[in-house]
Amino acid sequence: MELFKVGGKELQSRLFTGTGKFASKEIIPGVIEASETQVITMALRRVDLDQPSENIMNYIPKHITLLPNTSGARNAKEAIRIARLAREMGCGNWIKIEVISDHKYLLPDNYETVKATEVLANEGFQVFPYMNPDLYIARDLVNAGAAAVMPLGAPIGTNRGLRTKELTQILIDEIKIPVIVDAGLGKPSHVVEAMEMGADAVLVNTAIATAGDPVEMARAFCMAAKSGRIAYQARTGRIKQTASASSPLTGFLGDLNG
Amino acid sequence: MLVNGKEEQFDGSLSAYLEARSIAWEMVVVEINGLIVEKHTYLTRMLQPDDKIEIVSFVGGG
Repeated sequence: MELFKVGGKELQSRLFTGTGKFASKEIIPGVIEASETQVITMALRRVDLDQPSENIMNYIPKHITLLPNTSGARNAKEAIRIARLAREMGCGNWIKIEVISDHKYLLPDNYETVKATEVLANEGFQVFPYMNPDLYIARDLVNAGAAAVMPLGAPIGTNRGLRTKELTQILIDEIKIPVIVDAGLGKPSHVVEAMEMGADAVLVNTAIATAGDPVEMARAFCMAAKSGRIAYQARTGRIKQTASASSPLTGFLGDLNG
Repeated sequence: MLVNGKEEQFDGSLSAYLEARSIAWEMVVVEINGLIVEKHTYLTRMLQPDDKIEIVSFVGGG
């Protein structure tokens, strides 16, 4: 399978994974291994000075590319602040822009996302904006210098799959930079669906972290991402309304009564 | 001074503060009064009574 070129890197895996919602950090290394992911998201928060807990970085192998998110940001200015702090950690210049002021659906604010993308791309970040699939916004993100666009499949944590399928397909067909479906993908079959459609990659967090067996689920998602991509490249057959037989229509056995 | 939103008293450098709190430099980023403090200045940056300090690190997230 050909490498996935994005953000100045060449990746073998098209499955990005998150580190949120895990029952315990100890599970994370096993999940990373089973998922074969090479890109992992994380958030930036205040250190709890009274109760310092073990840092998540201790659970992430050195070869992984970090994709910190700007979660917590309600507008572009806050996202830019968080991005600069994240980069100062010294683990790379990739940033996932997440600008959300709606607490019910956690839908991203497309306009603030474009503003943040423009500033951060100019500062040399590789910007991965999380967005609500909209062709005009996607074009603005391309013009602003984003490394990819990340349309949501369904609201964060809902596991409802590709609810935005048709609008995301439009982005896949029209946008020249990578399209990475992020949020709402709840089952490996959702990932297969997204990859068959031509998505360049997917990002999965909740579905793995909250599965009964996160390591095995990560393994399933790994296979799903590969399967969907191979199918896309192999070009799936036509969809028809009426049947066409799979077995020959000649050479049938003679009737018993004839 | 305010550290992560809480009022604290401390006399000394930022690096001394971090050591007193058992915080490893490489695990955090520090912002004082809205400006990111570069790591090579931790030893010399003396904390002031009216400083507003944010000490942040990576945590699990999606």
